[in-house]
Amino acid sequence: MSAGRRQERQAGDGGEPSMTEQAYNFAYLDEQTKRMIRRALLKALAIPGYQVPFASREMPMPYGWGTGGVQVSAAVLTPEDRMKVIDQGADDTTNAVSIRKFFERTAGVATTERTPEATVIQTRHRIPEAPLTENQILVYQVPIPEPLRFLEPRETETRKMHALEEYGLMHVKLYEDIARHGHIATAYAYPVKVEGRYVMDPSPIPKFDNPKIAGCPAIQLYGAGREQRIYAVPPWTAAESLDFEDHPFEASKADHPCALCGAEDSYLDEVIIDDTGGRMFVCSDTDYCRARREAGHTGAMGAPYETEAQA
Amino acid sequence: MTPLLQVNGITKRYGARVGCADVSFDLWPGEVMGIVGESGSGKSTLLNCLAGHLDPDAGEVLFDTRAEGPKDTVTMAEPERRMLSRTDWAFVHQNPRDGLRMGVSAGGNVGERLMAVGARNYGEIRGNALDWLGRVEIAGDRVDDRPSAFSGGMQQRLQIARNLVTGPRLVFMDEPTGGLDVSVQARLLDLLRGLVRELGLSAIIVTHDLAVVRLLADRLMVMKSGHVVEQGLTDQVLDDPQHGYTQLLVSSVLQV
Repeated sequence: MSAGRRQERQAGDGGEPSMTEQAYNFAYLDEQTKRMIRRALLKALAIPGYQVPFASREMPMPYGWGTGGVQVSAAVLTPEDRMKVIDQGADDTTNAVSIRKFFERTAGVATTERTPEATVIQTRHRIPEAPLTENQILVYQVPIPEPLRFLEPRETETRKMHALEEYGLMHVKLYEDIARHGHIATAYAYPVKVEGRYVMDPSPIPKFDNPKIAGCPAIQLYGAGREQRIYAVPPWTAAESLDFEDHPFEASKADHPCALCGAEDSYLDEVIIDDTGGRMFVCSDTDYCRARREAGHTGAMGAPYETEAQA
Repeated sequence: MTPLLQVNGITKRYGARVGCADVSFDLWPGEVMGIVGESGSGKSTLLNCLAGHLDPDAGEVLFDTRAEGPKDTVTMAEPERRMLSRTDWAFVHQNPRDGLRMGVSAGGNVGERLMAVGARNYGEIRGNALDWLGRVEIAGDRVDDRPSAFSGGMQQRLQIARNLVTGPRLVFMDEPTGGLDVSVQARLLDLLRGLVRELGLSAIIVTHDLAVVRLLADRLMVMKSGHVVEQGLTDQVLDDPQHGYTQLLVSSVLQV
């Protein structure tokens, strides 16, 4: 059905349906697979933070490249969607470029780099800086969905622990951090308790992004392809980062402004710029940085936006 | 007064073989019960049935819970039983590796049960852990070392600290001194005796070492082929054994 709709759209171009067009269903996956994934998504949304098993398919990319996220995106995409793909906040890295290209080819959907214009955002390891809206879906690529994995090796046991809400072990990990480093040194994949019930691994996003999960107006979907798990945080849901009374959770970032756009509130990447110890801190969210420079903000090492564009 | 634990007709079979058959006894608060017998006599099977690790084929285990009085732990819901096993119960394994998290520091090991019942203050958890390490004679500066850096005797003492930190009322011990050399055994027994008396614990100790029960146990149960062949006060059973097997057991101990 959706393929038909797309053909209509392509008919405007005047040509015969392309090779890709004939070879693939809309968004690569067949309709039965999408149906199965959507059922898992609905269940995941109904039980926030609960890991729903699903029959993950082989995708034309290696595990670890976001096969889980791609399958979830394929299941939620409609021909009218505008898609954005980011990898560590950037729109122009290999992973982001190849996944964006994949959906341009197999779904023919419009793509964008601008966060506010996108309706589906697939992300690896970041939440965009720009506030999300109720019209958006954020899809995370998840390598390891089980927050208890390295604490309790038996999967039968971790499932039981989730079922019985036995999460003391999660705090043992944080205790070990403080005992060894003097503070909670876990900086990414920081566990959150969703709606006061399930403890969830928010995928390896920096803990700076954790507060953005809570009360987010957008739907947040998490897909782990190799591990065959889907979980979700519905809009406006509570998500509390675990901590100790005397060592409270802190959303940390590098203590610098962005060298290009001067932002003081965004998560920064450290970039080594020479071999004599020179370095700069820039926004990891490239779209956020670009939008700020477009609006006239300039950091210590950035040229004004217009001149750079001309060069 | 109600018994802390009432065991009625516990039977566990492994197919056609008998693990333990029709075992019944009462354990009173503050009492230490020893279970002795040769290898394969069903001691460990019985202990695992009592501690909820194995599902017995028949019988009931009534534990005097704090809130609701005597309750059958065999038919109890699993969440409730697991809650008991990390608050009111403790289980000391023969091999400390079975009872410890080897990748977690000593302090984390002791603190785990506290965090499992809701402790969320790092300073208090650590203070508690240090206190308990002191009580089992582990130096405070080892609190951040992993158990793999500890000797066998220290690991066993750490396991005991980890189990007792939540103030359990009933301790199950499966050969707590097995695999330790005699001088370390003696110190561990001394420590256990002190803790049991000081905290007023009830305990069930499974062992094949008669010296252990002589030192620790108030009452003794002798098992053979899954059946209890004799029970009574420890001194009475050991000094005046009635059953043939008990006589054999007592006379087998090498007098140095």
